[in-house]
Amino acid sequence: MILPGNTSCQGCPISLAMRCLDEIENPVLVIPAGCSTVVAGLHPNSAMKIPVIHVPFASTNAVACGLKEAYKRLGVEANVIAWMGDGAADIGFATLSASAARRDDIITVVVDNEAYMNTGTQASLSTFWKAKTTTSPLGKGDEKRDLALIMIAHRADYVATATVGYVEDLRRKFRRAGELKGFRFIHIHCPCPPGWRFPSEKTIEIARKAVASGAWALFEYYNGKLRFSGVGKRYVDKGNRISLADYLRSQGRFEHLSDEDINELENAIEKEWEIIRKFSND
Amino acid sequence: MDLEPLISRTKLGAAGETGSWRNYRPVVKRELCNVCKTCLSYCPEGVINEMIEIDYRFCKGCGICKEICKQKAIEMVPE
Repeated sequence: MILPGNTSCQGCPISLAMRCLDEIENPVLVIPAGCSTVVAGLHPNSAMKIPVIHVPFASTNAVACGLKEAYKRLGVEANVIAWMGDGAADIGFATLSASAARRDDIITVVVDNEAYMNTGTQASLSTFWKAKTTTSPLGKGDEKRDLALIMIAHRADYVATATVGYVEDLRRKFRRAGELKGFRFIHIHCPCPPGWRFPSEKTIEIARKAVASGAWALFEYYNGKLRFSGVGKRYVDKGNRISLADYLRSQGRFEHLSDEDINELENAIEKEWEIIRKFSND
Repeated sequence: MDLEPLISRTKLGAAGETGSWRNYRPVVKRELCNVCKTCLSYCPEGVINEMIEIDYRFCKGCGICKEICKQKAIEMVPE
């Protein structure tokens, strides 16, 4: 759904995720400010083969909801997608939450590169614990928020986490979200070469390491049940995972971490898994 | 209200010919390639076609195709 020669950086995960949008029928994108805005094209050019509306941050889901209702009245079949980064999900969180509670008939996609990359890597709520950003030069001290679990707490109709490291899995989740009705939420892990400071060819490798080390859980939630996705299933068991250090040491934003810090992060991840397991019936 | 000036039009190469950003050029070694098309699905730019031909007008040279290739059939050559 995106044409070559767009403005994305080399090795951009967002551009890869946008390519996977072909799985959804008749998509219409609503994009708040962020990297996705730039990737979708700067006026008067658009790199997208589909209609896109650029909106202010906090209005994203409200615009998407209104658009969907208007399409319904006109009898137009369209999948309206609110496509935002983790920064826009922070800023527009109240609208996002209200939209989920209203069960708006839209898809919300959050491409999570774990910081405000478009403005130069400021820490967001999704930023990994202890990651170096320009607003956390010594490493982020705050908690990391898990958006997908928050959406499950809204009892949304479909919630999934995905990663650009496994595009078949991502495409399958897009397809399923496109076929369902109601409020659908997809959270995509997007390793960003300039922001996380690694070479552009490593995007996929790092995305896969995140899954293999347990730093990113892959699951789907629908009909009131959480199911772990095929590619990530074996890493639910801690014994099958690669060491977290392997994932962290491959990125410049974690170069300052000591071994004790990494142990601490392992505990933080284990705590998160405990919460996820509570939702699961597997 | 005339909205026409506010609308962007779809264009191949919205940022121009991005091939000029490239430092390294991916070159496919035909004798090793088994056309599994993994590079095609993982290319962020979408410049690889079904015949595993790379469109150098727009390829930014990120090197993901080289990394993902199990056959090691793609080589990065300095421009």
